[in-house]
Amino acid sequence: MSLLFTLFLIGASLLIAIGLYGIVVTRNLMRILLSVEILTKAVTLVMIGAGYETGQMGVAQSFVITIIVLEVMLLVIATGILFGAYKNNGSLMTDKLNNLKG
Amino acid sequence: MLVPFLFIGIPLAAVVILNALNWKNRWISLWAAVAVSVIQLGLGVWDLVRVVSTGTPVSSSFFGNFTVDSFAAIVLTIIGLLGCVTALVATGTIHESRFSFGSALLVLLMGMNGVVMVRDVFSLYVFIEVTGAASFLLIAIDKKRDELEGAFKYYLMSALATVMMLLSVAFLFVLSGGTSYDGIAAYVASLNGNYPVMLNAAILLFVIALSIKSGVVPFHTWVPDAHSSAPSPVSVVLAGVVIKVSGVYALMRVYRDVFLNDPKIGMALAILAIASILVGALGAIGQSDIKRMLAFSSVSQIGYIILGVSTGSMLGFVGALMHFFNHATFKSLLFTDAAAVYHQTGTRDMDQMGGLGAKMPYTSVSSIIGLLSMSGIPPLSGFWSKLVIVIAVWQVSPGLAIAALCLSVLTLGYFLILQKKVFFGKLNPAMDAVTEVGGSLRFVEVLLSAINVLAGLLFPVVLYYLHMRGIL
Amino acid sequence: MILLLAGLVISALAVVMIRDLLKAAVSLAVLSAILTVILFLLKAPLAAAFELSVCAGLITVVFISTISMTKLRTKEEVAKHQVERRRRFRLLPAIVVAMLCAGVALMLPHLGQMIPAGVPQVAAAADTAVFWNQRQADLLGQIVMVLAGVLGVLIFFKESDKP
Repeated sequence: MSLLFTLFLIGASLLIAIGLYGIVVTRNLMRILLSVEILTKAVTLVMIGAGYETGQMGVAQSFVITIIVLEVMLLVIATGILFGAYKNNGSLMTDKLNNLKG
Repeated sequence: MLVPFLFIGIPLAAVVILNALNWKNRWISLWAAVAVSVIQLGLGVWDLVRVVSTGTPVSSSFFGNFTVDSFAAIVLTIIGLLGCVTALVATGTIHESRFSFGSALLVLLMGMNGVVMVRDVFSLYVFIEVTGAASFLLIAIDKKRDELEGAFKYYLMSALATVMMLLSVAFLFVLSGGTSYDGIAAYVASLNGNYPVMLNAAILLFVIALSIKSGVVPFHTWVPDAHSSAPSPVSVVLAGVVIKVSGVYALMRVYRDVFLNDPKIGMALAILAIASILVGALGAIGQSDIKRMLAFSSVSQIGYIILGVSTGSMLGFVGALMHFFNHATFKSLLFTDAAAVYHQTGTRDMDQMGGLGAKMPYTSVSSIIGLLSMSGIPPLSGFWSKLVIVIAVWQVSPGLAIAALCLSVLTLGYFLILQKKVFFGKLNPAMDAVTEVGGSLRFVEVLLSAINVLAGLLFPVVLYYLHMRGIL
Repeated sequence: MILLLAGLVISALAVVMIRDLLKAAVSLAVLSAILTVILFLLKAPLAAAFELSVCAGLITVVFISTISMTKLRTKEEVAKHQVERRRRFRLLPAIVVAMLCAGVALMLPHLGQMIPAGVPQVAAAADTAVFWNQRQADLLGQIVMVLAGVLGVLIFFKESDKP
């Protein structure tokens, strides 16, 4: 494992920790989406590091591009869900999302 | 051979044609979904026969490396059956968003077919994401408040699972230099049990990610919310295949073909499985919302499937596959009954129901068949799959087998509660105007009940056939 | 390289901790831009271009348009919490992204010295060939996913004709 990959892993772990912290702590739905994006960036970093490590940058690049495309589409859908929730509730606070109990 | 690609190609063509032209009849998207599912059902059976008779999997290199072996063919058939059932239920229940529903259902089919047919962990991730995206769309399609909440919670758990799975794929990529099932399996086999830390981390992440997607305890929290808030046909397809294909199938495939039935993983899976059976059953007993109870019961039944897989033996795998099929049929039957009850009475709260047995005979009888099958009462289908799983577990660990048997009593428990609350007992005066549901819902109930009964009669034949072939 | 990774972490902290959503979205764009530079340093130009255009560009636009279209709190909650609104920050994201692009363009000649010592120079593979020849299944998956995204936009953002 090269030095670069180790550095990337450390950086990615920090990013993941920050992202998870963001999801758990926030009361704002938009910020949850932003934190999910941070998690995605962390994974992109690790993937590129993996590509560097194995020398297969071409394959790793196609992975990264695929990940980016998929995540963007998911983000669009999640934003749509948020938007629908906003129209129903009038605000974007997480306490409004507690209707389903049990 | 073009056939495996067609499983994705046909729905793709259907979606494009549906959306490119301006149709006057809004029902056509649902009927297109039914047609495509029936085609898939036929192709699945044909492929199964072909694979079993020639002994080699069907491969396609047309646009992507898609392979259909016997396991995949069975699951593709199940997906086809459930797609058809869901679209039929939708014709009876969805009124506003029908057009998008058909397209979204077709995208869901494409995603699940992709999950089943790929031979590469990264492509597995890609199609699991597609399946997830289509599920969010379907859950939130009417844009009602509860639906959006359920969809968002599902999205969040799915995002966590995605991150873990991708990390795992990256680690596996570094370790084996590639991401194909065969490549990683060759690497794992060459290690002879000496796993480096990175591989252990990768396995752990992968198993946790797929457990989240399967709804296994302790990651099951999103399952009741997503299932109960979804529109009726969506609950049918979610419980019947989405959870199972994007979660349990992926787990089974990866466990068997990539990690080569590693016993440490098997033990961890067995513990999670027993916990799921227990928590799912206990959770179901305390519910008053009929769909939440069914959702918890799904968690419990998936525990049985994973218990069968965790044994690592062929017998356990066959039992798990049988329960996979059975759960798809009896759970979708039960959710269809729940949809029928909901649409005729306007409520999902079981405490307000009662005495519906006389008013809704088809629904009542089919729900009894479904619940009997789920509890494992002979000669219905559920009995055989549970029997095989318990025998397989007995061979590995008798204690666990006894635990599984005892816990199935709990299944009978919530079955009786549901029947008593909804169909038997005194008729609630507010429910006096309720009539039996007609049309496509009734057809689906009858169809699925028939399949349950037939499967129960045919399973011993299948087991005997496997024994003759030397597999069991 | 360590500086870049530190920049990543700081931007991520900014996204999570800054109160104003617009500034948080801008911090995400900054994060993406730094990641683009890292990608470029590792000789992954295709991925870098994608990352910059899609993540630093498209996602930021999506976020900012959604944030503009929705209010965080209802009027009553605003009165209770007394949140101030600053309109001039609408222009801020565009300025930041432009500055970053300029910065990247300026840094290009000096990139060779920034890779830590001992790092082997990775040969740039034939990237588009990889996509077309090896990973067709992923390509198909992406096509289907884009379909799903389009469906999503249609479902959620279309104003329906019938009430």
